Amino acid sequence: MNKYNKTGDNKFPPLIQSPPLIRFSGIGKTFGNVKALSAVDFSFSPGECIGIAGHNGAGKSTLMAVLAGVFPPSEGVIETDGQACPHYDANTARLAGIRCVFQELSLCPNLTIAENLCVVHPRLSGRGWRKRARILIRTRLDEIFPGNTLTGNELVSDLTLTQRQMVEIARGFTETDVPVRLMILDEPTSSLDAHTAEQLLAYVRQATARGVTCLLVTHMLGEIERVSDRVMVMRDGCLVRVLPRENLTRDSIILAMGQHVEVSNAPREVRARMAREKGAGYEWALGPRKSVKVDAVPGEVVGFGGLAGQGQTDALLAIYDAAQRDARTRVAFVAGDRGRDGIFPVWSIAQNLDLRWLGKGGMSGSRNSETRRSRAGFLIDFAAARALVEAWRVKIGIRGASVNASILSLSGGNQQKVLFARALASNADLILMDDPTRGVDVGTKRDIYQLVRDEAAKGRTFIWYTTENDELTYCDRTFVFRSGSVTRVLHSDECTEEALLAASFEEHAA
Amino acid sequence: MTTAAFTQARMRALLPAISLFAVLVPILILQPATFSYFGSNLLLNLAVPIVFATLAQLAIITVNDLDLSIGPFVSLVACIGATLLVKQPWLGTLALAGCVLAYAAVGALIELRQIPSIVVTLGLSFVWSGLAIVLLPSPGGTSPEWLGAVMSFQTPWIAAPIIWSVLIAMIGHFLLMRSSAGVRSRAAGGNPRAVRRFGWSLVRNRATLYGVAGLFGVLSGLSLLGLTTSADANLALRYTLLSIAAVILGGGEFIGGRVSVVGAVLGAITLTLAASFLAFLNISSDWQVGMQGAILIVVLSLRVLLQQRNGDKQ
Repeated sequence: MNKYNKTGDNKFPPLIQSPPLIRFSGIGKTFGNVKALSAVDFSFSPGECIGIAGHNGAGKSTLMAVLAGVFPPSEGVIETDGQACPHYDANTARLAGIRCVFQELSLCPNLTIAENLCVVHPRLSGRGWRKRARILIRTRLDEIFPGNTLTGNELVSDLTLTQRQMVEIARGFTETDVPVRLMILDEPTSSLDAHTAEQLLAYVRQATARGVTCLLVTHMLGEIERVSDRVMVMRDGCLVRVLPRENLTRDSIILAMGQHVEVSNAPREVRARMAREKGAGYEWALGPRKSVKVDAVPGEVVGFGGLAGQGQTDALLAIYDAAQRDARTRVAFVAGDRGRDGIFPVWSIAQNLDLRWLGKGGMSGSRNSETRRSRAGFLIDFAAARALVEAWRVKIGIRGASVNASILSLSGGNQQKVLFARALASNADLILMDDPTRGVDVGTKRDIYQLVRDEAAKGRTFIWYTTENDELTYCDRTFVFRSGSVTRVLHSDECTEEALLAASFEEHAA
Repeated sequence: MTTAAFTQARMRALLPAISLFAVLVPILILQPATFSYFGSNLLLNLAVPIVFATLAQLAIITVNDLDLSIGPFVSLVACIGATLLVKQPWLGTLALAGCVLAYAAVGALIELRQIPSIVVTLGLSFVWSGLAIVLLPSPGGTSPEWLGAVMSFQTPWIAAPIIWSVLIAMIGHFLLMRSSAGVRSRAAGGNPRAVRRFGWSLVRNRATLYGVAGLFGVLSGLSLLGLTTSADANLALRYTLLSIAAVILGGGEFIGGRVSVVGAVLGAITLTLAASFLAFLNISSDWQVGMQGAILIVVLSLRVLLQQRNGDKQ
C-alpha cells in the first residue's frame, strides 16, 4: 500500500504565506492568426500539485510550453520569485528550476539513456561526465520506478515506449546545479502501464511534500482527482475555472470542461430512419478482430468522437480501404493535416480543387454528369473543369484570389475549404473527414457545417471525425472511441457535452 | 534489453570490422608480402587522406546533412597547398583558414535559412572546382617540404598510415562520441526539436560541425598533397562519393545522428584496400569502382537484415 495515495493524509502546503514560484499575468500566445492562449493569470506556489484539465486544443500544452520557455508569450508578463522576466526562455526556465516532461517525449533516440542527460544539463561535461550522468539517472529511475531493469547504457531507440517515458520522467527529476522546483508533467502516463503509473503518482506526492511544485496535465481525470491540490480547467485558450481540493471529483472537472453548445439540431432522425428501411446503408467491421462495427445510411452524418488519437483516423482509413475495394461505393477523403496529406503546394487553387473530379474521367462531378459520362475519355474537358471550379469557388466563397493563383496564397481556412470542395465536387456518395476543421477559424467552420448539412440533405453520407465536441451536434449519430474501440453510440438527441465526455473517459480495465 | 537484442546491436557495431577482415584476409592469402612493414605502407598509403575526408563527411552526416562538395574541396586545398602555401606561406595559411570559416558559415546558413544541404554543397562543389582551376590551371605545383617530410615519416615497427589512422580514429572517437560537447552535437542529429527546446543553439551547433568538416577537409587535402607531391584541380573528385560510402559502410545512417567514428575509419580503410584487392587478382583497375560499390551493397544488405531481425524481436 502506498501512503501517498490519499491526499487526505497529507497536510496542505502553505499556499498563501510563501511568495509564488511563478506568476503569470495576462499571458497570451498566438500562432499566425490562431489564438492559442488568451489572458491567462495564474500563480504557482511551492509544494502544490496542480492538475490541468481541458479538451484537445484547449491550450494546455501551449501553456506548458510557455512555462518551459519553449515559446515566448505574445503578450503578458511572467514573474519568477516575484521578479518580472522580460526575456523568458528555456535557459531562464532551467535556472529557475522549471523542468518539463514533454508529451511527445524529448529524448534523442541515437544516444544512450545516460548520454541523453547532457542535453538537459549543461553542467555535465569534463572528465567522467558519463559516469556521473549514469549514476544520476540510475538513482532517479530507482527512486521513481523501483524494480526497473534499466542500466543507463541502453540506446534509447532500443527501448520500448513505456521505458522511454520512464526515462523522460526520471530525466526531468535529475538535478545537477539547479534544484528542481517546478515540474511539468504533460500526459506523463500516456504510455505507462498501470503499475508504473501508480509508482509515478506516488512519487509526485512525495515530491510535492518535499516542496516541488508539480503540474499534471492529463486526460486521466482519475489521476488528477487523486493527486491534485487544485485543478486548472482550460477551454479555448482561456483559464475558465480553478477548482479547489475540496469537492474535487471527476464529475465536477468534466462539468467545468464542458462547453456550451449552440443547438441547431434539426430532427434529421426521421430521414435517416426512412433511408434505413430502404436497406441502402453501409456497414463496416473494422479493427484487428473486426470488433469495431460502424454503419451509416445515405444522407446521414456520422460523427467519430472521443479524445484525440483513440483510433478514429485508423477507422476512417479502414473504411476508405473497404470502400475502395467495393466497386459500388464512391468515396472521397478530406484530410485533416492539410500540409501533409491534403494540398499540393505547388499547384494552383483550380488544380487542387478539380483533382478528385478528374480522377473519375473528368466528368462525373458536374450536375449533368450522367448525360456526359459516355464521353469520358482520358483527355481533360477543360471547359467543364473551369465551369466546375468557378461554380465551387462561388459556393465556398473564396474571394479576392484568382483560381489560378497558388493554393498557398490562401489562408489555412480557405485552403481547407478548397479541400472540401475537392471532395464534394467529385461523384463521391461517401465522404470521410479526418478532423477537417483543425486550426480553422470560426467563420470558415460555420461555412463548412452549412456545406455538410446541405450535401447530406442531397443524400450524401458523411463520416466525420472531429476533436471538437460541439461539432458532433451536427451529426445524426456519434461513435465515441476509446483505445481503438467504440465505447458508445450517441444519437443526436443524447449527444450532450456530458454524455460525450463520460463516454470519452470510459476507462477499460487497465 | 534482452541479451539477444544486445548481441544484435553488437553484431551491427562489429560489421565494419568484419567487412574489413573480409577484404583483408584474401589479400593476405594472395600476397603474404603485404603483411610486411613495406607492404602495408604501400597498400595503405592513400588511406590517410581518405580517412580525413571520411571524417569530414561524418561531421556533416551527424546533423542529417550530406556534403557533395568534399571532393572538390579537398582538391582545392591541395591546389592551395601546392601554390600559395609554397610561395607565400602566410597567404596560404590564411586561405586555408578562410576555407574552414567558409565551411562554418555554410553550416550556419543552412540552419538559418533551412535550405537542403545537398543543394548548397552541390553548388559549392562547382565553386571549389572553379577556384582550384584558377589557382592551378594545369596539373603541377610542389608540396611544401615540411609536408612531404611529415607524410613520408618512417614510424618504427608499424607502417605510418596504420598509426595515423588509429590516432585519427581515437581522437575523433573521443571528441564526437565521448565528450559531452560531441554527444550534444549528435543529439542535434537525433532530435533537433528537443535540443532547441532545452535552450541550445542549433545554428551554432551546425556551424561548429561544418567547421570541423572544413578542418578535416583541409587536413585531407594537405595529406594528399604530401603523398602526391604535386596537385591537380581534379585530384580528389572521387572523394565525395568515397567518403559517403565509407561513413555508411562504417555503420552511419543518413538521418538520425547515428554515426560511428571508428566504424567510418574502418570503412575508409576497407574501401582503400578494395581498390588493391582486384589488382592482386590481376583484374583490370577499371573494375575497382564497381568492386567498391559491390562491397557497399553487400554490407548494407547485411545491416538491414540485422536490423529487421532486431525489429521483429521488439
